[in-house]
Amino acid sequence: MNKWSRRAFIGAGVAGGAALVVGVAIRPGNPVDSLAKDAAVEGEQLINAWVKIGEDNVVTAITPHTEMGQGALSTLAQMLADEMDADWDKVEVMSAPANGDYVSSEMARLFVAPDLDVGAWLEPTVDGVFKNLSYMMDLYLTGGSFSIRSTGQRGMRVAGAAAREMLVAAAADAWDVPAGEITTEKSRLYHKASGKSADYADFAVAAADQSLPAKPTLKTVDEFKLMGTSAQRLDIPSKVNGTAQYGIDATVPGQKMKYAAVLSSPVPGAVADSMDDAEARSMRGVETVLDMGSFIAVVADSYWHAQQAVNAVSVTYSQTPTDGLDQAGMFATFDKALNDAGANGGDTLFEQGNTGRALEKASTVIEAEYQVPFLAHACMEPMNCTVWIRDGKADFWLGTQAPLRCRTAAADILDIGLDDITIHMQQMGGGFGRRSATDMVEMAARVAKEVGGGPLKLIWSREEDIQKAAYRNATTSRFRGGLDEAGKPVAWDNVFLFHNDPADASFVSYYDTGSQHIRALSDVDLPLPFWAWRSVDHSQHGFFVESFVDEMAQAAGKDPVEFRLSMLGNSPRFATVLKKAAAMADWGSAQPAGHGRGVALVRSFNTIVAMVAEVDMTRGAPRVRKVFCCADPGYAMNPDGFTAQMEGGIIYGLTAALHGEISIRNGAVEQSNFHDYEMVRMDEAPDIVVEIINGNPEDIGGGGEPGTPPIAPAVANAIFNATGVRPRKLPLSGQSFSV
Amino acid sequence: MINLTINGKPVSLDVDPEMPILWVVREELQMTGTKFGCGIAACGACTVHLDGEPIRACSTPIEAAEGAEITTIEGLSDPDGALSKVQQAWIDAQVPQCGYCQSGQLMSAAALLRDNPNPSDDDIDAAMSGNICRCGTYTRIRAAIKAAARA
Repeated sequence: MNKWSRRAFIGAGVAGGAALVVGVAIRPGNPVDSLAKDAAVEGEQLINAWVKIGEDNVVTAITPHTEMGQGALSTLAQMLADEMDADWDKVEVMSAPANGDYVSSEMARLFVAPDLDVGAWLEPTVDGVFKNLSYMMDLYLTGGSFSIRSTGQRGMRVAGAAAREMLVAAAADAWDVPAGEITTEKSRLYHKASGKSADYADFAVAAADQSLPAKPTLKTVDEFKLMGTSAQRLDIPSKVNGTAQYGIDATVPGQKMKYAAVLSSPVPGAVADSMDDAEARSMRGVETVLDMGSFIAVVADSYWHAQQAVNAVSVTYSQTPTDGLDQAGMFATFDKALNDAGANGGDTLFEQGNTGRALEKASTVIEAEYQVPFLAHACMEPMNCTVWIRDGKADFWLGTQAPLRCRTAAADILDIGLDDITIHMQQMGGGFGRRSATDMVEMAARVAKEVGGGPLKLIWSREEDIQKAAYRNATTSRFRGGLDEAGKPVAWDNVFLFHNDPADASFVSYYDTGSQHIRALSDVDLPLPFWAWRSVDHSQHGFFVESFVDEMAQAAGKDPVEFRLSMLGNSPRFATVLKKAAAMADWGSAQPAGHGRGVALVRSFNTIVAMVAEVDMTRGAPRVRKVFCCADPGYAMNPDGFTAQMEGGIIYGLTAALHGEISIRNGAVEQSNFHDYEMVRMDEAPDIVVEIINGNPEDIGGGGEPGTPPIAPAVANAIFNATGVRPRKLPLSGQSFSV
Repeated sequence: MINLTINGKPVSLDVDPEMPILWVVREELQMTGTKFGCGIAACGACTVHLDGEPIRACSTPIEAAEGAEITTIEGLSDPDGALSKVQQAWIDAQVPQCGYCQSGQLMSAAALLRDNPNPSDDDIDAAMSGNICRCGTYTRIRAAIKAAARA
């Protein structure tokens, strides 16, 4: 067999040009050549952009996503391996190199135009368009609960099936038998009649010479062997023995690392007017103290020395327009904007029927206003980035949801071409949206450029992470709902501030509420920067919408589950999920005094989730004992992995519901660490029961985010059920609820 | 020089005596399994054993370990790499998500199980509530501790 060295890949061109013209996309001109040099090393054959086979017959799935805990990489490998009939015991997975050619155009397409439906003949053109779009957007992004439903369904599965067909074709040529007589199992090819068999590795090179099947045949659900099973995650063994490597663990062999700690301005937009760094400069291990304008950096021989020195710097900051702002003042600004908008103001996002007239005619009109504060992501791994600039090139080590965006940001700061910047992808100790930003890269690049020399690792303290980040926005949402004489909904009017993603997060078109009018106000200043936070706008709209639905049920004198079902006549999938969750919780059965049950139903990222929370209010503060969760993602590719995402999403949302609050005083964030930005811990964690409905394998939904939105309203509605007091603000802890 | 034993091996360290154990272990000894989470002993990501007791390495100076024995996540398995019962239970229950807090979770759980081979839910709450998991793996941690107790 012809062995191609790494050098040959790059130099000869024969390997690249002649053989490796396989990609997932249906578009022409797939640039596999340029991918090979980054993804494959000596002794490995790149079958296509998304899979390689080693001489040891190990199949490696190459995904354009990164691992932040959601387990998607393992499941993507599972999807590819199943279609390829690969031996799961010899499957590995890696994040693709941060190379623009690895952009997930399918994802860009869902991201930009989720409802776009095009004929098959148009696909190549549309793909081309979206590839360009995604370049512009610097995708290769992990987020939006897209990995499985987009890259997995339309990338990894197609790649696996194509690779299998090419291996079969190569074996058919060599054995001189019809391809239809060749079967595949566990990374081997078999021809029963002649008794011939071979490892995939034996035909890897020849397979790459085969023409790409235009439309590889994908398995149907009844043919799945790995998909739909709870295969164990590939990354977990390294996460129980301390060997898993995260960005903060990066080392550069043979090089002594410098460390940087930073102090950003407490009020966004302020810069250092003056600083006293005399003490810091005299401290042990300190190399230098830098005033970078929006932040101070200390470079030292250890992170701890750098951080101690940062703590010893005193800074006077420039004034900003928000210096005097506090939390109450911010919400007063929101109220004024909503008052000014009145009954029809703001940008209409959705309108159906004449809501104004319907409200006039309604026999009962209910009004309510809800409020949520800013939230920090608080990934367990503090933000960090390691950088080494030398010889006109730069290497970065970090865990990121958006490596290409990081590369572009670094190129801008360092004035180095994109091709001379390498992002070494590390696992993330949590992402939740936070790690799709590039601020840690920009800071590290600026500091390293200033100090020069060897590699430098910049680490944020937890205080910086909580006080100087970008946040899930605070907002206020107002509703008016109309009921007729029989208690049937006839009008839904909703206006709120700020409109991010997904665009339809506030929509309730699955509920038959009669007319609907949904409006957003966007020309109000946010005093802290916004950044996407797990489930993005759904995190607040889930609470707003499902609390208000409960208030309408109360006004109609109806049971919350029955009331919702009465509006779901045209949404049978939603009704099924809701009924299932209610049955799991034995909804309607007797409860101890002071206990309450609440329900919520939210569709986000194309997954429908209903939850029932059981809350004990006998001690005044809410104690969530049990959560029953029924989810319909269409089809769960790895049911245990999906369940884990529901469990995790619930705890993430429960922390926000019970404790989550970033508040502002004098323009700055008040909270600073886990003692005052509290998390749900083991003693507060409820029992969680999850059931999955697999009814729609053609249209699957996401897993990472949909578990978060329903928990806050389910708990708030349970508190109302127990106490008769309706929570309209988060967080719930610290509010007064008497039984 | 500070002399101590780490994962069974004696070491002599020429380091700032006030430097927390966390940074000595991570930066001087290049053992990165022990994690930095908060720096104020509020999250448990840095949990190691000092003479068998779980402590927060981010807030304990290395001088406090003079003459003592430190065990980190790297020392929780047998020297031949065989996993401890609690680590195996973690895999069986598929506990970790991002995994960043799990070294600390495992060190807290191992100490709990050593002192209390059959912990109740309340015992687990008491021993494990100093460890934050932002991915929310608590249900599985509880199940894995109980499974390890039975193993």
